[in-house]
Amino acid sequence: MTDSTPRLEQQPAADGAVSRVLGQWTAAQFARPRLLPTLEAGLKAAKGSLGWDLRQAEQIDHVGAQLLWDHWDRQWPAVLEASPPQRAVLERVAEFTAPPPEPKVTSWKEHYLDLGAKVMHGVNHVRSFVRLIGQLALNIGRLARAPQEGPWRDVSGHLYRIGATALPITALVGFLIGVVLAYLTAQQLRQFGADAYIVNILGIALIRELGPMLAAILIAGRSGSAITAQIGVMRVTDELDAMRVMGISHSFRLVMPRAIALAIVMPLISVWTTLAALGGGMLAADISLGITPTFFVKALPEAVSVGNFVLASGKSVVFGVLIALIACHYGLRIKPNTQSLGEGTTSSVVTSITVVILVDALFAVLFKEVGI
Amino acid sequence: MTEQMPRQKLPGQEQPIVDIRKLSTVFVSPEKRFVVHKDLDFSVYRGEVVSIVGGSGTGKTVLLRQILGLERPTEGEIEVLGQPVEQMGRKGAAARIGMLFQHGALFSAFSVIENIAFPLRELKTLPQTLIREAAMVKLQMVGLKPEDADKTPADLSGGMIKRVALARALIMDPPLLLLDEPTAGLDPDSSDGFVTLLRSLHRDLELTVIMVTHDLDTLYELSTRIAVLADKKVIVTGAPRDVIAFQHPFVHEFFLGERGQRAMELLREYPFAI
Repeated sequence: MTDSTPRLEQQPAADGAVSRVLGQWTAAQFARPRLLPTLEAGLKAAKGSLGWDLRQAEQIDHVGAQLLWDHWDRQWPAVLEASPPQRAVLERVAEFTAPPPEPKVTSWKEHYLDLGAKVMHGVNHVRSFVRLIGQLALNIGRLARAPQEGPWRDVSGHLYRIGATALPITALVGFLIGVVLAYLTAQQLRQFGADAYIVNILGIALIRELGPMLAAILIAGRSGSAITAQIGVMRVTDELDAMRVMGISHSFRLVMPRAIALAIVMPLISVWTTLAALGGGMLAADISLGITPTFFVKALPEAVSVGNFVLASGKSVVFGVLIALIACHYGLRIKPNTQSLGEGTTSSVVTSITVVILVDALFAVLFKEVGI
Repeated sequence: MTEQMPRQKLPGQEQPIVDIRKLSTVFVSPEKRFVVHKDLDFSVYRGEVVSIVGGSGTGKTVLLRQILGLERPTEGEIEVLGQPVEQMGRKGAAARIGMLFQHGALFSAFSVIENIAFPLRELKTLPQTLIREAAMVKLQMVGLKPEDADKTPADLSGGMIKRVALARALIMDPPLLLLDEPTAGLDPDSSDGFVTLLRSLHRDLELTVIMVTHDLDTLYELSTRIAVLADKKVIVTGAPRDVIAFQHPFVHEFFLGERGQRAMELLREYPFAI
């Protein structure tokens, strides 16, 4: 059994040392830990040697030959003993070794241009988002003129996928948030003896704010990412181009059905989440404060005016359309590679959640007179 | 290629590179059982270029994937380079076997040079400059220019994708190269160029090649041996001339149909294949 570890041997000769290359000089051998540094030290020490003998080497692959060639300073040594296949490998390496590229120096001008490119990128984003909104408006007009041409089957499919399949998870999250919120407020209210006000607090907080927000955030994470990935994969597999070639508008066929579906689904999911949260709140109030569900249900209409509910539903429609538009916007911008697909999906979810929270704050300021 | 003839005649003397014994493959779905291979025996020896042909659904690509260890056979054994195939996927597999997938399977997030260098970089021991140089050598060996190094796979033409994928498959100089439809989807010029490249690499790097192809030109120009998959096994294997003479409906249809006749014309012009 021969030792296949790549190594060097110095052999003194009459007119200077001859270095003998032994073992397997292959990439697979170089993968061994700590082997390469020893080998490189050996190669440095052998720099002065006159001749090189490769004939006893077990195997030399292109990576091994590259290592030798680099240490010969990319010149043929004075004396080289090698078998024809080894010589062929070395010749290929010698022919194709290119000088390493110059390290790039980034000047101030390039930084300046970089900044400009970033700004233009942002402007471009805004512009194409505005265009998407405009196209959606035009398409809604087109749909109003000829409703029978609308992609209704698609809308109903999205209603099911985005809405119906989200019911369990939104109910679970809503219920738990309701329980936690009710339990924590109950602790505080008991100190003031204001137990009955838990109905007001939960009613306003859940119906006006938390229900729609929770639903929107869950749907943005769940369906926003799915929409972006779906459209992105269509870009990767050229399906988007195929559609355009057939004269079918992306906006009409892809964006509008999703926007309509989310506009319908969002308020419904929001009501559903609110109901689940109120259920959880009722349960916690009953256990920790002894407020019966009967009292809770009776007191709720007095504590919370209908204006809150209308506001919450209106807000949800806006959230739904925004989530759909942002998800489609990022989906349509995806370039045909895996990196871009991942980045697009992440940005889509992050942006839609941020936008939902921002718009919610805007609603809170604009409609502060309503319902309170 | 004449120096390989004695090996072909006396394959028993030598350890095969790929040895498949009593292979059976059955795909089971809830509705039905589909037998792809049954008691299939097949060996490939050093220096050969073996083409696997067969009608669609005869399990050519499945066989290739089983040799790679990507799919497990239902029964039977496969040995590659003297090791059971189950051990193929371990670290450093790129030094034992190279695969050119039909559509290249380049990592779209990486540039050309990063794609080629990927197996070397994953060793984590080689210095960056050496990795880049070694990748540049392979890049140029497959006929690409140094300027192509920093392109991304999305910018490449079909022929260039295949070349980059080939360079990546060969980066660690594996002795065995598998090709799945190497010239499918290429225009005739790039197809011819790619075949010429494969032939010169086979000669220079002393590769053993197994390929699946439907393209008769590629088949005749490259193969030293053809294996025909039909009736769930290898019905005949041998030099192209012997295979064509074999009496079987598929062989007759495939080689002596209209397409086959046209390629045979070529064969007369370039007789080196036989």
